[in-house]
Amino acid sequence: MNITKSLDAKGLACPMPIVKTKKAMDTLAAGDVLEVFVTDKGALNDFAAWAQAGGHNILEQKEDGDVITFYIEKA
Amino acid sequence: MTVSTWTAQQVAQKVINNDELFILDVRNADAFADWKIEGHKFEYLNIPYFELLDGVEEILPKLPADKDILVVCAKEGSSIMVAEMLAEEGLDVAYLQGGMKSWSMYLEPIKVADLTDGGELYQFVRLGKGCLSYMIISGGEAAIIDAVRFTEVFTNFAAEKGATIKHVFDTHLHADHISGGRHIAAQTGATYYLPEKDAEEVVFDYTALEDGLTVKIGASQIEVGALYSPGHTIGSTSFVIDHRFLLTGDILFIDSIGRPDLAGLAEDWVADLRETLYSRYRALAEDLIVLPAHFMIIDELNEDGTVARRLGDLFAQNHGLNVSDADEFRHLVTDNLPPQPNAYQEIRHVNMGKVTPNNDEQTEMEIGPNRCAVR
Repeated sequence: MNITKSLDAKGLACPMPIVKTKKAMDTLAAGDVLEVFVTDKGALNDFAAWAQAGGHNILEQKEDGDVITFYIEKA
Repeated sequence: MTVSTWTAQQVAQKVINNDELFILDVRNADAFADWKIEGHKFEYLNIPYFELLDGVEEILPKLPADKDILVVCAKEGSSIMVAEMLAEEGLDVAYLQGGMKSWSMYLEPIKVADLTDGGELYQFVRLGKGCLSYMIISGGEAAIIDAVRFTEVFTNFAAEKGATIKHVFDTHLHADHISGGRHIAAQTGATYYLPEKDAEEVVFDYTALEDGLTVKIGASQIEVGALYSPGHTIGSTSFVIDHRFLLTGDILFIDSIGRPDLAGLAEDWVADLRETLYSRYRALAEDLIVLPAHFMIIDELNEDGTVARRLGDLFAQNHGLNVSDADEFRHLVTDNLPPQPNAYQEIRHVNMGKVTPNNDEQTEMEIGPNRCAVR
């Protein structure tokens, strides 16, 4: 997996992780992969629903302690 | 235009007063479908906040001009963002402080009745979760039944009424919400009662709640009598208060009956549930007013916000009390049951005292509807 860009959204509360992720995605091209680190538990469902609504593909997500990492491929 | 802040208490007043309200719920679709703020005259629009990041123009035609608009999300952050965007478009809107988390926690105390010689019976309605707790006050003493975990609501209420909490009961080991019972008892020196058959795994001291136990509250000696009524759990116990009220716990609700599966033994407990509903309760006076430990839908609330109905009326109207065939009854309460309450196994362990999560973790466990009934 080639990570095009990385975003640290740790410590941010809803809605900021999604707001920042969307802004980062807007700078990418189709097929690029964004890596996002978050600590807000609510992000788990929101990222899935947000990616689905925009047609983006969550390639992988993992939890390591409090930190959730998403790898999102832009549609 | 402006954004105002509403508390859960203000929203509760809208529910109880049957006011109109337009709720813009900006959580994702699954969360909204699972659980929302229910009101008799509420209208809803569910658009996840992440679909509004580029602007709210699209939804403006869907918002009413003649009603209060309340923006709601899980905690509050997203609802503030959307409310501010709407205000920039010229609307007056409010957001719910603390979001669905605070809605889940809010309790509204409502007086059910005056009891003998100046006694009082209160129902604490937890609108967001559908939990109902009770306080009986008489002659400077109080008893509490099925207290939820916000202990200070009960201790403060008793203090305002000048009453000392003497007895704290749980009708059964709860699976949908965390009990505040033993903590209230520890703080006040009251006796905490739990049915022994539900308490096999608990790790704290309690007094066994046995069939036929009676306690008298205050100088006027208001009687609180225990009636063994298994079926939701094997220890489930009902109470008759002042010979007028039947507290049914999670056995009988207004428009549904208790489900027997939350402790994992549905098939074993079906016969108990049937005997309680079709024999033990049938032997009671039909004029008793049923006060359950939950409601499921907003239609179960009376005009004054209480959840209460005459037992005889429930015998006539509640579907779960009118299944004459025992096999059909067994199918009703064991097949096609609704999903279990959120985190119900963990909640049972908290109520057994086996684990003690912090406040945030407890809030998270209790998110969502109670789901203790089968209809």
